[in-house]
Amino acid sequence: MKPSLWVRMDTWVRHLVPFGVTLLLLLLTAVPTRLPGFASVVPMLPLMGVYYWAIFRPDLLPAWLAFLTGLLADIIAGTPLGVNALVLLLVQGTAASQRKFFLGKSFMVAWWAFGLLAAGSIGLSWLLVSLLRGAALDPAPLMFEYALTMGLYPILTWSLARTQMAFLKDV
Amino acid sequence: MKQSGALGRLATLRLLAQRFAFVSLIVAAVALMILGKADVLLVERTRTVVADALAPILDVMSRPASAIAEVVDNVRELANLRAENARLKAENQRLLHWQTVARRLETENAILHDHLNVVSDPDPAFISARVIGDLGTAFGHSMLLNAGARHGVRKGQAVLSGEALVGYIAEVGERSSRLLLLTDINAHIPVVVESTRTRAILTGDPGRRPRLNYVAGNPSISIGDRVVTSASGAAFPPGLPIGVVAATADGIFRIEPFVQRHQLEFVAIVDFGLGGIMPFDRPPERPRRRGGEN
Repeated sequence: MKPSLWVRMDTWVRHLVPFGVTLLLLLLTAVPTRLPGFASVVPMLPLMGVYYWAIFRPDLLPAWLAFLTGLLADIIAGTPLGVNALVLLLVQGTAASQRKFFLGKSFMVAWWAFGLLAAGSIGLSWLLVSLLRGAALDPAPLMFEYALTMGLYPILTWSLARTQMAFLKDV
Repeated sequence: MKQSGALGRLATLRLLAQRFAFVSLIVAAVALMILGKADVLLVERTRTVVADALAPILDVMSRPASAIAEVVDNVRELANLRAENARLKAENQRLLHWQTVARRLETENAILHDHLNVVSDPDPAFISARVIGDLGTAFGHSMLLNAGARHGVRKGQAVLSGEALVGYIAEVGERSSRLLLLTDINAHIPVVVESTRTRAILTGDPGRRPRLNYVAGNPSISIGDRVVTSASGAAFPPGLPIGVVAATADGIFRIEPFVQRHQLEFVAIVDFGLGGIMPFDRPPERPRRRGGEN
């Protein structure tokens, strides 16, 4: 029996949640905090979103949506077009292809793997931006960015898990 | 048996399609990077369209953020009340002295202007805008403002906070615009060291203070010298304060800007009637809002 229209619409909206949450994280990074020293260092929140959903619901945040998120990040942040798109695409691809390894593993393993992926992403975007701008950029703010991202990972993963429980438990 | 073989083939096909899609997306990303290098204008137009679409959302989101920042500021101010008071008293005394000097100089200046028939600078028109997005990453420093072409913002206009220059408009959308801060690697501003009249170009240096490039002549610049805009290139009116020389190590002069990035909430986009720093976007002739003849 086909489910009723309302049930289908409800499912459809619930399926939009992963992408919506990732977009929200992206917009959050653009909000001016007006905190001294914080302005030039923003945690890579969209990266965490893409990583989380690639492991737990790769069907709802597929590669092309990761690409789109990255493209939007490039447009908003003013990095050369395509840099974040490529980085997020590769993160999604790597995490999704290794998801069997993650499922059922402890939180520490996921954190450790995220650390590797985040380091790779930062390194790759540094390399690409330096190549495209034609000048090597100072890597110091990137270290802070990395530390901040790693520090925020547990909190964000917890809230993403709560979101998944609330909206996507049985759809 | 036959059916499961067909299913298997279908699964392989699907996997192949997925692989193909993934690889095409990678190719697309690389193509975008090359396109961004080749067609700057197209990329810029895309950016402004998306920024325009996001501006209302960011506007709403930035309001609670600024409320929180205010509370944090208040707490910090309370903690430093005593020290701040002492500092302000000392500064007030110093400023009162400067006020007398300034008053005297102002009258003298007015009299001399009269005597010499000096043409005075036109009064600039300005637009106040709110910072709605801090688009900073480790790679670049820019901000999204909630005023765009429909409010009269044009590319290349100077952006001031108080009296000090903080950057210029790099991209203009219909209702939003992008402010390129002078700390961005792409920002180049003709400046002059006030006391020695040494000309140079101020360039951003991500992660560090902006530096002086192409210092003209024999530089006798010392720490504490004020750096202001110069009239070179007719980009900005001369004399807008930018910052002070903070370090002179290894022949590289680094500037401490008067305005720090996190302090920016409202900025003034000022139209001095000049071409701005990007001459390919000539200003259309339009009546000035106030002051001036043209």
